[in-house]
Amino acid sequence: MKVRIKSNAFLIAVSAVILGLIAGGLLMLAIGSNPFTGFYYLFRGGLMSMERIGNTIATAITLMLVGLSVAFAFKTGLFNIGASGQMLVGGLCATLVAHYVFLPRPLYLVVIITAAFLGGAAWGIIPGFLKAKFNVHEVVATIMMNWIAYWSVYYFVPIYLKAPSLETESRSIAISQTLRSPWLSKIFGGGYINVGIFVAIAAVFILKFILDKTTLGFELKAVGSNRFCAEYAGIKVNRNVIISMMIAGGLAGLAGMTYYTGYSRNIQIGVLPQMGFDGIAVALLGASNPIGVLFSAFFFGILQSGKGFMNAMTEIPPEIADTIIATIIYFTATSVLFKRFWDAVGRRSKAKALQNQEQADGEGVSHE
Amino acid sequence: MNDKRKKYIFTSPLWIGIYILLALVLLALLSMNHLARLILPYAIAYTIPLLVTALGGLYSERSGVTNLGLEGLMLVGYFASALTIRFTEQSSYALALPLGLLVGVIAGAIFSMLHAFASINLKADQVISGTAINMLASAITVYLARTIAGSGNVRIMLGIIRKDIPVLSKIPGIGTLFFTQTYWSTWVALIVWGASWFLLYKTSFGLRLRACGEHPSAVASAGVNVYKMRYFGVGMSGALAGLGGGIILITYSGEFNGTVAGLGFLSIAALIFGQWKPLGILGATFFFGTATTIANVSQVIPQLGIIPPVIFKVFPYVVTLLALVAFSKRSAAPKAIGEPF
Repeated sequence: MKVRIKSNAFLIAVSAVILGLIAGGLLMLAIGSNPFTGFYYLFRGGLMSMERIGNTIATAITLMLVGLSVAFAFKTGLFNIGASGQMLVGGLCATLVAHYVFLPRPLYLVVIITAAFLGGAAWGIIPGFLKAKFNVHEVVATIMMNWIAYWSVYYFVPIYLKAPSLETESRSIAISQTLRSPWLSKIFGGGYINVGIFVAIAAVFILKFILDKTTLGFELKAVGSNRFCAEYAGIKVNRNVIISMMIAGGLAGLAGMTYYTGYSRNIQIGVLPQMGFDGIAVALLGASNPIGVLFSAFFFGILQSGKGFMNAMTEIPPEIADTIIATIIYFTATSVLFKRFWDAVGRRSKAKALQNQEQADGEGVSHE
Repeated sequence: MNDKRKKYIFTSPLWIGIYILLALVLLALLSMNHLARLILPYAIAYTIPLLVTALGGLYSERSGVTNLGLEGLMLVGYFASALTIRFTEQSSYALALPLGLLVGVIAGAIFSMLHAFASINLKADQVISGTAINMLASAITVYLARTIAGSGNVRIMLGIIRKDIPVLSKIPGIGTLFFTQTYWSTWVALIVWGASWFLLYKTSFGLRLRACGEHPSAVASAGVNVYKMRYFGVGMSGALAGLGGGIILITYSGEFNGTVAGLGFLSIAALIFGQWKPLGILGATFFFGTATTIANVSQVIPQLGIIPPVIFKVFPYVVTLLALVAFSKRSAAPKAIGEPF
């Protein structure tokens, strides 16, 4: 169950995306729709107006933070499949702040960001601790944590944050308490765009800095590439595992904040946020590199925010976007296929060169 | 080698003991209030899909392939059964339900081949592949439901009629608890459980399959095709998860609605809590099924209202984490699990 990150990740990622889009196209064909029209409306739906671009960015913000969460854990050799649960808890903390804390805007943002980060971090630190102390596999532990979060929120929201009419969601946050800001909305003509964009971009660069320029980052990566070697070199593996899961959890918590108090204004119960899993695709496609995550989040943001428009303009159900994302994940997991393919391409050209050299050598021998 | 044997001998009776004790305590608590007769049918109905799905997981993980895709495979079976029954229930009343289950089983098995191909032939990361299976299943089933049935939900008219078992239902006490008003699918599931136990633990085929999850290279050197064994394991996990999904539909749900709400993951928890053993799985799923049922009915039954339902819902996942901690030093998990061969 070790997570391997390939060196020629970019080539593999692009191959996976192309195959994912082809699979999506085939599925559109299968129900008798024209894939070209389908994709045209899918991308148009994500990009055709300032408001839609704003919505795409708003979707991408959450995906970016979840992607960073998964990618950061990957770097330490951990698979954080529990981003959904961390999102829920972080989102719940942020929602509570939004309902009950009234402060001047800058201070308020600091409080809500801290609350969301801590909520997610608390949910991430438990699997980290279990992994470090008891060698409990983090995949299983984070899955369990997902469902603990799911049911906790399921019963917490109706009791403490009940909406006046609906049982299945929390009451809405006042617009002024959400992450949306008047000047951003003005630029993009309304929509879901919110200040989470700055949180996400800051997170990208902070993580890049931590991973590339600090001792902590070096230690985390060392643990990720070879746990035993790192231990032999005197790095405290257990401590790094806990820190990595804590930060990963915190990032997913921030994603929850941007989703539940920025994109949306309430928490629906009985739904494990799908974005927690989409984040795996974002991280894989971004090759676990913060900058890569930044771009791949935008790509998936377009797919997710354009699907509604596509559904309105064609017969194609909106689930096509999720199908494409899932297919991309599948093809990234099976990346050995492409690796073999690209290796074979490389080998053929190398073999040719070798053959030429051998011929030259052979001639040399016969001359002697 | 001796140490290993000792471990197994001492681990399993301990777990069986714990389960029997817990189940007895639970039953005793319930029967005190005469609630058992009320709750048990629901608890069993809820347990059975978990049981068959976790059994499926057992095949796969015992053969050495982690399967986190159980949730998705259940969903595929759920969907395929719903669609089949929807289109056959008017023409062939008697056959529609068994046919639906059968198609669910086949669909699950076929879908699981994606996971098998990725993790066996391509040596892919099995966790990522399993996650992809879940996401793909939840997207593609709703996609097809919208296209074929016109909406994301597929409702069926038929459901299983509950029946009393002729002689056994007359036994006082147990008879009324376990043998009245039962679904036939429950007995099918229990037969599958018994057959699986026999196949995995009493035949040389089962021994080979389990050995593939412990020391695949040793099995290979004995002339057994590890790939084929693992394909069989993953295929069974797909078939049984599909059966689990079908059973949800024809017993208590009656409608495909695009999600099995974490039952696949609950099955994985039961597989772990049951320490990868058939009897352990039976105990764990019954235990989890009962806890879930209590949580579901606690709002309507005042005696149970004292304990917040969230405790019962969260309980299976918490005890699974605790079991992982408790058995971290001597886990019964297959040794070669998740490692490509």
